Amino acid sequence: MSRIHSPAELENIRKRIQSERDPRKTCITLCSGSACHASGSREVARLLIEEVERQGLSQTVDIRRTGCHGFCERGPIVVIHPDEICYFHVQPEDVSEIIQKTILGKEVIDRLVYSDPQTREKIIRESEIPFYKYQVRTVFGSNGSIDPKNIDDYLAIGGYAALAKTLFTMSPEQVIEEVKKANLRGRGGGGFPAGSKWEGSRKAPDPIKYVIVNADEGDPGAYMDRSLLEGNPHAVLEGLIIGAYAVGAHEGYIYVRQEYPLAVENVNQAIRQAEEYGFLGKDILGSGFDFVVKVHRGAGAFVCGESTALMTALEGRVGEPRPKYIRSNIKGLWGRPSVLNNVETWANVPLILNHGADWFIQFGTEGSKGTKIFSLVGKIVNTGLVEVPMGMSLRDIIFNIGGGIPNGKRFKAVQTGGPSGGCLPEFHLDLPVGFDELTQAGSMMGSGGMIVMDEDTCMVDVARYFIEFLTDESCGKCVPCREGLRQMLKILTRITQGKGREGDIELLEELSETAIEASLCALGKSAPNPFLSTLKYFRDEYEAHIREKRCPALYCKELIAYYIDPEKCQACMICGRKCPARAISGAKGKIHVIDQNLCTKCGTCFEVCPARFGAVRKLSGVPIPDPIPEEHRTIIRKRSEQ
Amino acid sequence: MDLRRIDQIIDNHQAEASSLIQILLDIQSEAHWLPKHALERVSERLDVPKTRIQHIATFYKAFSLVPKGKHEIHICLGTACHVRGAKQVLDTVQQVTGIRPGETDLELKFSLETVNCLGCCALGPVMEIDGKTHGKMTPSQTAAVLKQYD
Repeated sequence: MSRIHSPAELENIRKRIQSERDPRKTCITLCSGSACHASGSREVARLLIEEVERQGLSQTVDIRRTGCHGFCERGPIVVIHPDEICYFHVQPEDVSEIIQKTILGKEVIDRLVYSDPQTREKIIRESEIPFYKYQVRTVFGSNGSIDPKNIDDYLAIGGYAALAKTLFTMSPEQVIEEVKKANLRGRGGGGFPAGSKWEGSRKAPDPIKYVIVNADEGDPGAYMDRSLLEGNPHAVLEGLIIGAYAVGAHEGYIYVRQEYPLAVENVNQAIRQAEEYGFLGKDILGSGFDFVVKVHRGAGAFVCGESTALMTALEGRVGEPRPKYIRSNIKGLWGRPSVLNNVETWANVPLILNHGADWFIQFGTEGSKGTKIFSLVGKIVNTGLVEVPMGMSLRDIIFNIGGGIPNGKRFKAVQTGGPSGGCLPEFHLDLPVGFDELTQAGSMMGSGGMIVMDEDTCMVDVARYFIEFLTDESCGKCVPCREGLRQMLKILTRITQGKGREGDIELLEELSETAIEASLCALGKSAPNPFLSTLKYFRDEYEAHIREKRCPALYCKELIAYYIDPEKCQACMICGRKCPARAISGAKGKIHVIDQNLCTKCGTCFEVCPARFGAVRKLSGVPIPDPIPEEHRTIIRKRSEQ
Repeated sequence: MDLRRIDQIIDNHQAEASSLIQILLDIQSEAHWLPKHALERVSERLDVPKTRIQHIATFYKAFSLVPKGKHEIHICLGTACHVRGAKQVLDTVQQVTGIRPGETDLELKFSLETVNCLGCCALGPVMEIDGKTHGKMTPSQTAAVLKQYD
C-alpha cells in the first residue's frame, strides 16, 4: 500500500474496500480480547480456521478475529453475520458443530445461544440480548465488527474520515471550538474539559508541543481502555492526530502498561499501518501537517496514571508527580506544553468531528455529555464492559444491563471511581451517573470501574483493601500520603482483626483530613475517599467490628469461625477430605466436627459442603457452640419405606 | 544473558537515555530479571548513573533484581477478584508453596507475585501461572492447579 495523498484518494480507497466486501457473505467473528483469550478463544480461532478450510469453505466464509465485545462473562463469543447469530461460551469442541449445523445446515445450535436467566427464553441475535439492548455503543460499538490488526476494516466503517475533514475543512481553532461545544470531559477520572485543555496548549507560546494518550489504566477492575486499544486502536490514533492538529503538536506518545501485551502489540501494528497509509508521518494526506507517535510501555506503577508522573516516566525517570502550580498543558513533558488525555477521551474525538458537537450533546446530562464505558464487575451476573449515555441510573446499569446480583444475594453497594472513588449504598441506586452527580454523592466517576458488592462483602475490609493498594502504590515523595496512608492501613487492619479501639474512627478521620489537605497529587488527595464513603454509609459496620468484635458480612477471617451444624451434617466426608488443615474429624455416618485450634479458616469446607445440606456455617460475634459429645455423633438414617 | 544481546537491545533504542525504562523492560522480559552485569552495561552505554538505574529498577513493579523461579505465579488482587475471594486463593498458594508475594522458593520452582487487576474480571478470582489464566479459583481448586506444575 502506498501513501494516500489526498482526501479524494482516501474516499476512493474506502469505496474500493467497501465494494470488495459483500455484506451478505457469511462472516464468523470471534472475540479475541484479553479476557476471551483467557477463556480459550485462541484455540477456538485455530480450530475455526482449520474446520473452514477442511470443509472447503474458505471462499464463501470469512473469519474475523475482533476486539472485545464487552460481554466477558460469556466469552469466548462467536457472532455469525449477516444473520447475527450469537454464540456464547464457545469451546474448542463446539467448533465443528458450528460449521456443520449453522454454516452448512443454517440451523441454530440451541445450547450455545443466550438463554435469559429468569425466563429461560432463548435469544439468538446479539442486539436483542438485554445486556446489549440497553446500551448506546457509539465508541465501543465497532469493537465487535472490525479486526484491529487490519486498517482496511477501520476504513470500511468510515475510519479517518474525521481526520480528512479536520485537516482540510477546519482550522485548529474551529476543531477546539467544536470539542468545547461538545463539552467533552476527560474520561480518565478528572473530568476536565478536553477543549479547554487543548486551547491552553494551543495558546502557549512554546512552538514545540506534545500530545499524549494515557493508557496506563491502573484502576483495579477497570479495563475499558485496554479493550479499546486492543479492539479499535485506529479510533484512538485518529483522535490523537486530530488533537495534535488542533493543538499544534508534531509529536505524540502513547503510554501503555506493559501488563497489556496485546494492547501494545495492536497499537504498534496500527501505527505501522497508519504510517504506511500516510495518516502519520510527514505531510499527512497531503495537508502539509506532520505528526509522529511513539509507544512507551509503562513498567508498572499506579501513580504513573497521574498526568505529571506519567510525563516524568516518559522522560525515562522514576514516575513521581510534581506540584501543578503550572499546568502540564503549559509546561509538561520536557517542560513543553503537553496535552494528555485518556484513551476513551481520544476515541470520542473522531465521533465529535464526524457527527458534530450537536449530535454528541444529545446524549448525557447537563454537565456530562456523551456516553461512558463502564466496567461492570464484582458480584454481578453479567460481568463486562458496558457503554451507556451519561445520566443513566445506577439501577438501570446494574440490574437491566448487568442482570443484578448472582446467587439470589442482596445488593449492598457499588464502588465507583477506582481506588480513589467511593462506595454508594442501595438508596443511591437511582442516582443518574455523571461526573458531578457521583462527586456529590461522595464517590467519583474515575475511569469508569463499577464494582458491585453484595451482602457478603465487608465494607471495612473494602476500605482496608483500597488503602492497602494505595499505600503500596504511593510513590513516597510526600509525607501525608506516604506516612498517613501507612498509619490508616495499620488502624484499618487492626479493626478487621478485631483489635480496633474506641477512638480509631476519629483518628482515621483526622488522618484523612491531613492527606486530603496536604498531599502533593491526586493519589494522596483522594486516597481517604474509600474510607470516608464507607464510613458515611456503613458506620454501623465499623462499630460492630470495633465494639462487638463482629464482622456483619461474615468476611473478616480473624472475626469469624466455621462451624458444622450437627443438625444438618449428613456425614458425607466431603469437607473432611478437602480440608487442607486436617481440622475436621468424623467418618462416614459420623457427624463432622471442626477442631477450632487447627482450623486455618480457609473456607474450603464452606465452599464444598453440598448446597442441599448447607451444614457449614460462619459465625461472628457469638460463642462457638461446644462440639456435640462423641457418643451422639453417629447418624441413624431413616430407611425410606417402599 | 550475554553482553552482545544486551548491546543489541540498547542499540534497538539508539542508546538514548530517555529509553532507559524501555531497555530495562526488554532485558527483564528476556532474562526474567535484571542481572547486575546488564545494569552496569546499560549505565555505561547510556551514560546514566547506576543510582538512577537502581532507583528505577526498584520503583517499578515490572523489574526484579533477583532471579525468578521456573514458574511465575501471579495472583490477581484487583477489586473484582478481591470481593470474590482472591485473598483465600493467595493464602492457599502461600500454604502450598511456602513463599510469600515477591519471593522465590529455594529450588527456584515457583515465584509468587500479586498483581492489581489482569482485566479478566469475569473470571475472578484469577490466578495466572506462566501466562496461562486459571479463572474462578476456589481454595481447593487452587491447590489442585498448583500440583500440576513441577
